Amino acid sequence: MRITMGPKMRLPRFNPDRRQFTLIWRALWVAGLLPLLMLVSAGLRDALGANPIEYITRATGDWTLRLLLLTLAVTPLRQLTGWHWLVRLRRMLGLYAFFYACLHLTTYVWLDQFFDWPGMLKDIAKRPFVTLGFAAFVLMLPLAATSTNAMIRRLGGRTWQGLHRAVYAVAVLGVAHYWWLVKKDLTEPILYASVLGTLFALRLWHALRLQRTLQAQAA
Amino acid sequence: MLIKRPADIAPSDITPRALFDSRRDFIRTAGLGLGAALIGAGLPRTAQAAGYGGQPLGPLVKSPYSTGEKLNDYSDITGYCNFYEFGTDKSDPSRNAHRLKTRPWTVSIEGLVNKPKTLAIDDVLKLAPLEERIYRLRCVEAWSMVIPWVGFPLSALLKQVEPLGSAKYVEFTTLADPQTMPGVRSGVLDWPYVEGLRLDEAMHPLTLIAVGLYGEVLPNQNGAPMRLVVPWKYGFKSAKSIVKIRFTDKEPVSSWTRAASREYGFYSNVNPDVDHPRWSQARERRLGEFTKRKTLMFNGYGDQVASLYTGMDLKKNF
Repeated sequence: MRITMGPKMRLPRFNPDRRQFTLIWRALWVAGLLPLLMLVSAGLRDALGANPIEYITRATGDWTLRLLLLTLAVTPLRQLTGWHWLVRLRRMLGLYAFFYACLHLTTYVWLDQFFDWPGMLKDIAKRPFVTLGFAAFVLMLPLAATSTNAMIRRLGGRTWQGLHRAVYAVAVLGVAHYWWLVKKDLTEPILYASVLGTLFALRLWHALRLQRTLQAQAA
Repeated sequence: MLIKRPADIAPSDITPRALFDSRRDFIRTAGLGLGAALIGAGLPRTAQAAGYGGQPLGPLVKSPYSTGEKLNDYSDITGYCNFYEFGTDKSDPSRNAHRLKTRPWTVSIEGLVNKPKTLAIDDVLKLAPLEERIYRLRCVEAWSMVIPWVGFPLSALLKQVEPLGSAKYVEFTTLADPQTMPGVRSGVLDWPYVEGLRLDEAMHPLTLIAVGLYGEVLPNQNGAPMRLVVPWKYGFKSAKSIVKIRFTDKEPVSSWTRAASREYGFYSNVNPDVDHPRWSQARERRLGEFTKRKTLMFNGYGDQVASLYTGMDLKKNF
């Protein structure tokens, strides 16, 4: 069943043709690499500050969270604007979030802990913020692994969608991971949490409206 | 599940020396620019104290308490600071602290003393011969630096006011000026910033009033014009830009303890065996180094200060 419905305030319809969409897709692909390129460039210019490892850890963590939130913003944006083609960019956003999560974890394992496995095991078990971050990463693995068209077909749309709901948990864990690590100034974790909360609220609002419309139609 | 204990042998002992020593070159050439990026910042730095633009503090007495370890760069020491009055980002203080006015400046010393006094900073500077003290600084956030402070023992200042026998603690209050300190306008901590020491800790010869670093007048972002340096305690105990010193008979409540008493205790001695509730204190990253090093009990000043805490349970009195 397909229900088309949207709020009154709608942006002008924009439906890119094939060529335009390819352009947008490529631009986003390049944009997703920019944070990494900026980091490498800062490194080559010796501009990572007094504590380069902390800087890299923070930058890769920040971009993981930002990309996760962008991924979760696609559906509310579609609902608000009626730009349904946005969903075709979502996989790339999600995979970029995973890409930066991998860099973030690599930074921790290699640069921060220098492959001190017993130390890291202890960290994961004992430090709530490490535990949460690690859990978020583990949850991302099956999502990244099932991101291909072939896997969607193999799992079947419904199962696939059910599995990929785990992205909500990943985002909540990710924000909590940041929240718990900060010494005192919670400004940034609060910012991420509010964006996440807003995205959830928009979904909820939309679901409620949908329900009401359906009930009205049924009556 | 069987969890193997790590071998009691360091990787550096297994790997051939030349190879181990060249591990950074390996990483530098290995793959991603990330590694290269990092190494750029890990290369040896020149550490000569000369001409950073501050006013030189004249001939300094060398101190037997100084460590011979490699100094951190002037730019790291002055660019990577925790000084929340100027913002919570490490780079905020260097950006914002130029607005701090360090003249005129007075410090009042009061409380349980015979002769309470208010001293002008220029008189404080003449109280005792200035020494260079090269200390390790261990931050509670598990990083550390080696800093060539300039200053004199706090005891020289405290003796000026003749503390009473009833005085047991010393409380330090630092400047909280919303006009010049953007962080004070935020509620991140209870302002003004307050710290405290037990009287014997305050009178200990290692405890320093710092008025400079690298032979020059203390930069604003490092706590000008006068700050405390207590090298065997976590960095936040070393209060910056002090305006009031008060002798009391009750243990002062420091700002960090007020903010999170489970995480920051009154003593806050550097202790690798007592973890912060949210992270380990067993190791630290010396800024400029790649791998972490083991944190030393009392930040390596145990010979001088361990006797202050004989018989105390340092897990309880963290």
